Amino acid sequence: MTTRLIGGLSGSSVSARVVKGLVLAVCCALVVFPFVGIVSTSLATRAEVTRAGGFVLFPSKISFAAYQAILSGGVVTRATLVSVFITVVGTALSLAATSLLAYGLSRGRSMFHKPFLMVVLVAILFAPGIIPSYLVVKSLGLLDSYWSLILPVAINAFNVVVLRAFFMELPGEVIDSARIDGAGDLATFRRIVLPMSKAVLAVIGLFYAVAYWNNFFTALLYLQDLAKYPLQLILRTYVVNQAQIGVDQLGGTSGAALPPQEALEMAILVLSIVPILLVYPFVQRHFTKGVLIGAVKG
Amino acid sequence: MTKSVGTERRAATDPALVPAPRRAPRRRQTRWQRLGRDKMLIIAALPGLVLLVLFQYVPLLGNVIAFKDYQPYLGILQSPWSGFANFAVMFNGDPALLNAVRNTVVITLLQVLIVFPAPIALALLLDSLVSERIKRVVQSVLYLPHFLSWVIVIAIFQQLLGDAGLLNNFLRDHDLHTVSIVANPELFKLLVTSQVLWKDAGWATILFLAALSRIDATLYEAAAMDGASRWRQRWHVSLPGLRGVIVLLLILRLGQSLTTGFEQIILQQPAVGTDASEVLDTYVYNNGIVNGDWGLATAVGLVKGVLGVLVVFGANKVAHWFGEQGIYQS
Repeated sequence: MTTRLIGGLSGSSVSARVVKGLVLAVCCALVVFPFVGIVSTSLATRAEVTRAGGFVLFPSKISFAAYQAILSGGVVTRATLVSVFITVVGTALSLAATSLLAYGLSRGRSMFHKPFLMVVLVAILFAPGIIPSYLVVKSLGLLDSYWSLILPVAINAFNVVVLRAFFMELPGEVIDSARIDGAGDLATFRRIVLPMSKAVLAVIGLFYAVAYWNNFFTALLYLQDLAKYPLQLILRTYVVNQAQIGVDQLGGTSGAALPPQEALEMAILVLSIVPILLVYPFVQRHFTKGVLIGAVKG
Repeated sequence: MTKSVGTERRAATDPALVPAPRRAPRRRQTRWQRLGRDKMLIIAALPGLVLLVLFQYVPLLGNVIAFKDYQPYLGILQSPWSGFANFAVMFNGDPALLNAVRNTVVITLLQVLIVFPAPIALALLLDSLVSERIKRVVQSVLYLPHFLSWVIVIAIFQQLLGDAGLLNNFLRDHDLHTVSIVANPELFKLLVTSQVLWKDAGWATILFLAALSRIDATLYEAAAMDGASRWRQRWHVSLPGLRGVIVLLLILRLGQSLTTGFEQIILQQPAVGTDASEVLDTYVYNNGIVNGDWGLATAVGLVKGVLGVLVVFGANKVAHWFGEQGIYQS
C-alpha cells in the first residue's frame, strides 16, 4: 500500500518506489521501535522481566507498579517536581524576555537599534567557555540555586533573531493603523503583535521548554546538592550508570516487594519522555513556519 | 558593557539624569526626541540584553585567569599573574591533551563525513514523495528524537545495544556470540557518531526541505523536457538549489569542529575510559572543575574558542571565493 502511494518526480520506476518506501520504513522503525520497547518494559511484571533477561517487547500482563513506586514521594518524585518547576518558570521567563527583545529590535528606525542588534548577532557566533561561565555564576552567588539552571540559558540569541524576523514580516499597515488609533509601542506589542505571532511563539516556547526539561549540562556544572538534582541527573545515576534503586530512594513502599529494576529504570525513562511526547504533536505542524523564517531570512 | 546599558536605561526613564550633551544644540534636540519616542522599545529590549551580556559577554573577562595562577580563595583579581605559563604547559605536549585533540579531530571528521550528508540524502528522498500525508507522518516521526535529551538517547542505546541489552540477550538466547558495543573503547567513536545520526539526522532535514520546496517547479519540467532522468534532475536541479544552505550549514558546523557534544561524551566516559573518549570540552571540565587546575583548563578553552571563530571566518572567506553568500557578506 505504501509503495503505491509513493511516487517520484516524473515517473519513477516501480523498483525505485519500493526501495524508497523500504528506506523510509526502516528509518521510521529505527525511531519508533526503541520507544515501544521502553514503554513495554516499564509496564512488565517481575516474572516477565526475568524470563526476557531484561528488555520486554510484548508484556502479556500490564503492571503499573513501577510508576506507583517512583511517584510515591522518593528521589524521582522530587526530581520530577524540580524539573517541572525549572521548565515552567524558565520557559515563561525566556519567552517574555526573548519576545520583548525581539520586538525592541524589530522597528528598524529606533535608537540604539544597531548596537543592540550587534550584541545579539555576535552572541550567536561564539559560546562562552565552560570555566569562565562557571566563575560568573559563582561570583553572582548562584551556585546550588535553581536560578543557575535558568538565568544562564534564558536567552537563546538565535531564537531572538528568528522572532525578530517574524515580527518584521508582519504587515506594516496593521501596526501603523494601531499607532493612528493612539496605541503606544507596548500596547501595539500586546494587542497586535503577540496575537498575530501565536504559532511562532508556540514553536519557540517548545524549544525553550525542551531545553529546560532536558537540561543536564548546567545542572551538572552548577549543582552540588543532590537534593536539588533535576530529572535528567537522576536518569543518569539510575539508568545510565545503573545505580541500584532501593527502598531508600523510593519512599513509601517499604515492606512491599519492589518492582524489577528494569521496570523502574524504564519507568523513569518514560517519565522523562512523556512531557515531550504530549506537547510535540500540537507544536509540530508549526515547525516549518517557526524555524524557517529566521533561518532563511535572518 | 553592562554599565553603558544601565546608563541608557536611566536615561530612557528619567531624562533629568542624562549627562550634559557635548554635541551641537541642534543634534541634542533630535536625540532627545528620538529617545523619548523610542523609550518603550529600548526598555523592552533591556532585560534580554542584560541576560545576554551577563552570561555571554561577561564570561569573556573571566578568560583572564588563563594568564594567572588562579586560586579560588584569592579570587580572580588577587591571584598572581603567571604570564604564558598555562599556555606553555599546553604547547609542551601534555599527552592527555594531545589525546584529547586527536579524539576531537577524529570525531569531527566522522561527523562531517557521515552525519552531515545524511540529512541531505534524507531530504531529497522525502522531497520526492508524492503523497503529502505520508511525507508529513514520516517527518513527524523522524523529527522526534531531536527533542530527547542526551541522557535519554544514551539510555536507549544502552537498552538496545548494551551488554545486557536487547541485541545481546537475543544473541545469548540463541547461543550466539555476544558483541560488546556500548562499553567498547574501540567502537566508541562510531557509537557516538551513530547516536548523533539517530538523534539529529531527521531534524536536520528541515532546512534542506525548505530550500527544496522553494525550487521553481518549471526547472524540473524543463529538465525533463530536455530528457533528464530523475537522477539527473536531482543532480542538476535539486542539488544546485541546496548549495547555499549546504555551504551555510557547513560553515557553522566547521566553527563547531572543536566542540564535540560535551554531554554525550561525559555521560559515556565512565564506561569506556578517557583514552578513547576524552575530547577538548571534557578535558577542560575534568581538569578545571573536577581537578581544580583552573588556569590550564581556561587556557585550553580560550585557544579552542579563538580557533573556532577563526575557522568560521576562514570558511566564510573560502565560500566568498567560490561565489557563495556564506553566513555574512563582507
